[in-house]
Amino acid sequence: MNLLAFARGPALTVALAVFVFGVAWRLLSLLLLPWARDLAVARATAPPALVGAVKGFVRHLWPPRPLARGALIVTVNGYVFHLGLAVIVFGLAQHILFLRGLFGVHWPNLPSGVISAVAVVTLASLFVALGRRLTNPVLKLISTSNDYFSWFVTMLPVATGLIAVSHLWAPYETLLAVHMLSVSLLLVWLPFGKLMHAFLVFLTRAETGIVYSRRGAEI
Amino acid sequence: MSRRETIGELLVQRGISRRALLKYSAYLATLMALPPTAARAIADALAAARRQSVIWLSFQECTGCTESLTRSFNPTIEDMIFNLISLDYHETLQAVSGAAAEEARLTSMRENKGKYVLVVDGSVSTKDGGVYSTNAGKTNLQVLRETAEHALALISVGTCAAFGGIPHAHPNPTGAVPVSEIITDKPVINISGCPPIPEAMAGTIAYLVTFGKLPDLDHLNRPKSFFGDTIHDRCYRRPFYDKGLFAKSFDDEGARRGWCLYEVGCKGPVTYNACATLKWNGGVSFPIQSGHGCLGCSEPNFWDKGGFYRPLSTSTGSPAAVIGGAAAAGVGIGVASALLVRRRKSDAAKEPHS
Ligand code: SF4
Ligand code: SF4
Repeated sequence: MNLLAFARGPALTVALAVFVFGVAWRLLSLLLLPWARDLAVARATAPPALVGAVKGFVRHLWPPRPLARGALIVTVNGYVFHLGLAVIVFGLAQHILFLRGLFGVHWPNLPSGVISAVAVVTLASLFVALGRRLTNPVLKLISTSNDYFSWFVTMLPVATGLIAVSHLWAPYETLLAVHMLSVSLLLVWLPFGKLMHAFLVFLTRAETGIVYSRRGAEI
Repeated sequence: MSRRETIGELLVQRGISRRALLKYSAYLATLMALPPTAARAIADALAAARRQSVIWLSFQECTGCTESLTRSFNPTIEDMIFNLISLDYHETLQAVSGAAAEEARLTSMRENKGKYVLVVDGSVSTKDGGVYSTNAGKTNLQVLRETAEHALALISVGTCAAFGGIPHAHPNPTGAVPVSEIITDKPVINISGCPPIPEAMAGTIAYLVTFGKLPDLDHLNRPKSFFGDTIHDRCYRRPFYDKGLFAKSFDDEGARRGWCLYEVGCKGPVTYNACATLKWNGGVSFPIQSGHGCLGCSEPNFWDKGGFYRPLSTSTGSPAAVIGGAAAAGVGIGVASALLVRRRKSDAAKEPHS
């Protein structure tokens, strides 16, 4: 079995299995925890929980006004690489084929040149994020190896994918295999590290929205 | 046996002019990507060389490789091959049969000890002592070992001999292995393909005869001049690939417009062969030009790489069961851990407060 056969076969299967296992475990073990009842009486004007949840989520899409100026670059940069990642994952024909293989659904692809351009911007944006983490004293203080490793496994598939489509430095079969292995690494790490925010962000922000809307606060 | 004549002498006997030899040498030089000035040197070397004694053994194969060579559209290829070599034994092509044929092999081996080239097509059965493929009462394994012992070099023609090919495909009932797995103490050149391109076979043999040494080989022992680039590197549909324009089926609009065949399973990006440049049938066309993706036939295990029509970027496992199991395990452990916390909490609540 050569590297590509390993990457396409056993490596991806195991990575997907660990991913699904980890996500199911972490979500259920969180959701089934006993919920603390909010004993305070809700404000008369408090909206229903669902509305509070959605509002809370939407409001958190952008920092509140007094903070927005200072956080502008960070926020925009965050959007750049998050959207970039989404465009790359869901827009490149090769990725759509991969997803079609798993879920059976597919959609039209974007031109490969557009994806490459987006990937370059995404990569640059990821490095800006890392740079900030390393230079901002507060952020540096609260960053752990979990943050750095999560950054690394996110950056790796973008970099290797870009190299693979550009056919640089090594034969394509090796580049494709390395790219697929980097995706496997991402899948394996995602449920157990900070990248789990891909799922948990919906829970945390909804929960915050509910708690504060009951109290009539808009945070 | 009489003194083996030089190729030059033989060509004269057959009424082939020096001009024809020069033309042929120029063709060879182009094939092997040698500088054009090499043509004259090749012609001179060839004219003075003795015809190379070749023993050709066929094992677990379909004769497609011999067909590819002898039915090559370009008749000069097979002519030239048979002018350059003295094919002392080839089961499909020789007229004699039975004991006389075996005698021809043994005689050639005796007379050209250490100097003959052994060409093999087909894989070697090894299971149960190799009984699944025998000839004249001997297993292929025995004949290979016996004939390779005093050979100068070996050429594995076709993917079966080079990498095991179709007989080697899962579940490999005969324990088929490539020649290079049995013969490890001699140079083995692999000219893979199912079948190999006739020019690649002819060019490699001609190179051996002309220069008396092995051509440059890649990590799988294939001559770099034919296997140096991927199909994808040289594919005329590449601009469509680069733009992300893919045929989604074999008869959709994209297919009619000649777009890239990646989505319908083309393995060109990971397949090293010369189809896209030399093409088939005397340069008429090649599979991708005819509308079908590359199967990757010149690569090891091409039969077991997850399906000819499955795109390269997809996973080849059939992970439904594994992933389903993993999801169930995740749910189980998630629920269990939450229940544990609940129990701890209620136990704690029951404890008397101090
Ligand atoms: S048809 Fe195959 S070899 Fe040609 S560009 Fe597309 S993927 Fe590459
Ligand atoms: S195009 Fe691919 S599958 Fe077809 S003959 Fe060439 S290498 Fe083999």
